[in-house]
Amino acid sequence: MLEIKNLHATAGDKPVLKGLTLTVKAGEVSAIMGPNGSGKSTLAHVLSGRDGFKVTDGSVTYKGKDLLAMSPEERAREGVFLAFQYPVEIPGVGNTYFLKNALNAIRKHRGQAELDAHEFLKLIKEKAKLVQIAESLLSRPVNEGFSGGEKKRNEILQMAVLEPTLAILDETDSGLDIDALRIVSQGVNSLRSKDRAMLVITHYQRLLNYIVPDRVHVLKDGVIERSGDKELALELEKTGYSR
Amino acid sequence: MDTLTTDARDLYVADFDRVAKTLPGFADLRRKAMARFAEKGFPTGREERWRFTDTTPVTELHFKPAAGTANPSQFAGLAAGALKALQITFVDGRFAPAFSTLDLPAGVGVASLADVIKSAPEVVAPFVLVPEEPFELLNTALFRDGAVLRIGDGVTVDRPIHVLFLSSLHGEPYAMHPRMMISLGRDARASVVKSYLGPSGGTYLLNAVTTAALADGSSLDLTKVQRESPQAFHFESLDVRVGRGAAFTHHSISLGARLASNDFDVTLEGEGAECSLFGLYEVAGQQHVDHHTTIDHAKPNCTSRELYKGVLDGRARAVFDGRIIVRPDAQKTSAMQTNKNLLISKEALVHTKPQLEIFANDVKCKHGATIGQLDADVLFYLRSRGIGLAEARRLLIHAFASEIIDTVKADAVRSQIGGCIALISGGG
Repeated sequence: MLEIKNLHATAGDKPVLKGLTLTVKAGEVSAIMGPNGSGKSTLAHVLSGRDGFKVTDGSVTYKGKDLLAMSPEERAREGVFLAFQYPVEIPGVGNTYFLKNALNAIRKHRGQAELDAHEFLKLIKEKAKLVQIAESLLSRPVNEGFSGGEKKRNEILQMAVLEPTLAILDETDSGLDIDALRIVSQGVNSLRSKDRAMLVITHYQRLLNYIVPDRVHVLKDGVIERSGDKELALELEKTGYSR
Repeated sequence: MDTLTTDARDLYVADFDRVAKTLPGFADLRRKAMARFAEKGFPTGREERWRFTDTTPVTELHFKPAAGTANPSQFAGLAAGALKALQITFVDGRFAPAFSTLDLPAGVGVASLADVIKSAPEVVAPFVLVPEEPFELLNTALFRDGAVLRIGDGVTVDRPIHVLFLSSLHGEPYAMHPRMMISLGRDARASVVKSYLGPSGGTYLLNAVTTAALADGSSLDLTKVQRESPQAFHFESLDVRVGRGAAFTHHSISLGARLASNDFDVTLEGEGAECSLFGLYEVAGQQHVDHHTTIDHAKPNCTSRELYKGVLDGRARAVFDGRIIVRPDAQKTSAMQTNKNLLISKEALVHTKPQLEIFANDVKCKHGATIGQLDADVLFYLRSRGIGLAEARRLLIHAFASEIIDTVKADAVRSQIGGCIALISGGG
């Protein structure tokens, strides 16, 4: 589904990714681990098309297409989803209204009929149960005044509604207490499917107790240094990133 | 440049000499106003009030007095179905009974100014004075018609009164100088929506003067919707006097016109009076809009609140000049003023200028102004969910504007304004 080859990228002027190669198959959950500054978040930003990051070499092929040639909205419509490490607050834009617009933009792209307000409300209420989001948060402006945990759950709610084929979770565990971590992980696990790939970016092994990966990749100084199965994460927990 | 302004001035003096006999009443006063205008001429950038608003484009055309030959049927589509229970309409500056439904509750008077001057000039006289500003002088000399709204003591009008100024397409540039007078008796309550509308292509000058007098304990909610033709020039001078314990709320929604210039003066002249001034201007292309507001706290225990927001795209220009005066007498004044601007393009420009003149010592006054751009992180967040760039911008502009739109009480007007904002920002 996703093939990253020899990816070089800069954040601002600083080279961060230095020849990263990675293949992700449909149905797989891959964990990307690594120390601070290894390039984990840069990888997430480059894959989602954020400004300020420049690809200087290499390629990213997603479902046979050149991902890097697409605008952020085109990527999203093609099924790429980024769960943000720091979700932004959007005063004045209602959570439900925003998500309905997003889903309908994606459905339109897929050639599906757009959902009306009534149909969408039914859908979002059902999905909200999955991540235990209070209905009162649905009518509030996007993330405005949400707690850290509520923001992260709201990200997973969006993922549940938009049903991406490639989900990138950027440090979704950061700032979560153990209860919130459990709820978020349950939400993510319920979205695992044979047609969907997930890239779970995390600094700590803790998250991987809840979201058990099929593959673990260790990112260091802009390249994949080691790859293995879930046992690798446990080993890193004991030995640390420096060997 | 001096020859140009002199020429333009002479043209209007000649117009006045030609039509003066056909104008209703106030012959002496009109002559005085015109003589004063002939002395002063059109404003120049040397005067502080006009430093950032260039009126040269107005003087480059000759806006002849509207002949009143417009065929109102061209607005049939606009008025059909939109005719409100209480509505008075003016087409090209003249009362249009066909588009007016004056099903008036007891204690409410809504009439054409030309009619009132004939039947009861003493009602109008206190509000017609020789002013100082050039455009007001022109209005005073040349006004022909407008609306007179009178709400009696203790009367509550439960539906909004709609006043429409429609300007049609003509071959030549033309001018209208409508006047509007609103008076509320003791403890009266009313809401008024006045709309200035003109089709694209209309080249005209609409130069309005509005006065409102709020007796003790009364309450007026006044909404101005300005959607003039993109080729039109719009000027309005509003003067409001608020009595003891009375409350005035104003919403200025400025979307149209090539040049729109507003002078809003509110005097809190009775103890415990209140005013809230809200404004939203959204301009693009070569549009220019200015708001000069003065809130005069003349008596103790008065409260004023002011929030103006602007969205500028293209090479548009805006001016917000907010003056608050607190007189020596006006102890325990509370005044708050905020101006926020969103610049969509790099070429747009806004001048924001708060002025507090405080002569009392026991007061609470705050002001603030911001100029910003759409938040790049928020735009990216929306796009990362599949929302296209144009739609993402539209969502954010609407979110910014909604704080003002939501203050408009009449549902139909609020949703109409929301629709306009959506249309305008969708293009960017």
